[in-house]
Amino acid sequence: MSKSIDRRQFIQLAGLAGVVFASGPGRALGQAPAAGSEEFYFLQMSDSHWGFEGPPYPDAKGTLRKAVAAVNALDDPPDFIVFTGDLTHTTDDPALRRMRLAQVRDIVAELRVKDVRFMPGEHDAAADRAEAYQEFFGDTHYTFDHKGVHFIALDNVSDPRALIGDTQLQWLEADLRQQPADANIVVLTHRPLFDLYPQWDWATRDGKQAIDLLMPHRNVTVFYGHIHQEHHRMTGHIAHHAAKGLMFALPVAGSQPQRNPVPWDASQPYRGLGFRDVEADPHKATFDLHEFPVVAKV
Amino acid sequence: MTPVIASRRRMVTAMAAALLAGAAGVRIASAQQERVVRILARRFTYSPDKITLARGVPVVLALESADVLMGFSVPDFGVRADIIPGQVTRVRIVADKAGTFPFLCDIFCGSGHESMSGTITVVG
Repeated sequence: MSKSIDRRQFIQLAGLAGVVFASGPGRALGQAPAAGSEEFYFLQMSDSHWGFEGPPYPDAKGTLRKAVAAVNALDDPPDFIVFTGDLTHTTDDPALRRMRLAQVRDIVAELRVKDVRFMPGEHDAAADRAEAYQEFFGDTHYTFDHKGVHFIALDNVSDPRALIGDTQLQWLEADLRQQPADANIVVLTHRPLFDLYPQWDWATRDGKQAIDLLMPHRNVTVFYGHIHQEHHRMTGHIAHHAAKGLMFALPVAGSQPQRNPVPWDASQPYRGLGFRDVEADPHKATFDLHEFPVVAKV
Repeated sequence: MTPVIASRRRMVTAMAAALLAGAAGVRIASAQQERVVRILARRFTYSPDKITLARGVPVVLALESADVLMGFSVPDFGVRADIIPGQVTRVRIVADKAGTFPFLCDIFCGSGHESMSGTITVVG
């Protein structure tokens, strides 16, 4: 990519007025944030479905690379990138599954930002309980801390029943027990934890148990994928934000009988696809979201 | 008096037996009268995939899988079950609202899983 993009200028020129989300009451004046807290931003990428082929989407082999190029063009790189699942499109062939995972790993390795945190989607992991996924991308659930924010990656896809499962829920409970009630907590996952639209499998069967464990914490925000569109929902004081995908877009829940992909529109190519910029302010416990297209038109 | 008491006892016993038999009879008749709809699941279809039910009338769905573990979920009526190969899974459904509602496989079963669905149309 020869031309760099001034991220701030792009946000202004593209009219990407950020929406600030405070998940809970935020942080009261005079209340000290965690040590090391400072503002930063990260990117959320999701649902590249590498290996998908079909008439709804003519640039199946090009879009992920375009997204990587768009991220690399940002003059102000993010601290890190999270990839919330469905890196690959599912296949019944274990060898082909591994080939697709390897290809995604190699394409994403071209990102200038080297700190990329991956999560599986059901397309990557449900067919073999994440056996192949883990060979390429490691653990399916984990935590990390960054500048005063505690991140928790939850796996709600490796179990083909769309369950987080008791073992992982106990792990989550033990992790949350270590966090103060006002900790800044971000949950990263693939499926929605709440029943967004179970009629299209847009749910996690035991997601409510995870939400119940998170509820005592005042500042919790969830970022997920799976539904291939921007979506925002509150469950109590917990904010849930779905990201656009990097392959076909999907329709609004229940807007049509089947969840068939939104048809490709040659007059507006790549419409509905993109990645997300998340600006974190640990001092206020807020997140400012901006949606970026795969192909910038400024 | 004794014969009378004995007679009363016999009468009470007989009445109780008749009531129990009657109640059992009602249950048996009810179960017998409930329509059974057989649905065969195989990767990645249900057969039939379009079912018509009468509103408010209980129906038993007899679910079988021809190959792998499947799910059967009708979120609009709060009905779901695992379909285990080699077994017949029976679920009772009382559709209490008219319209067309989707059912789907909610256990990932392979490359065509996402298209594995059908509809229940409720009339009346």
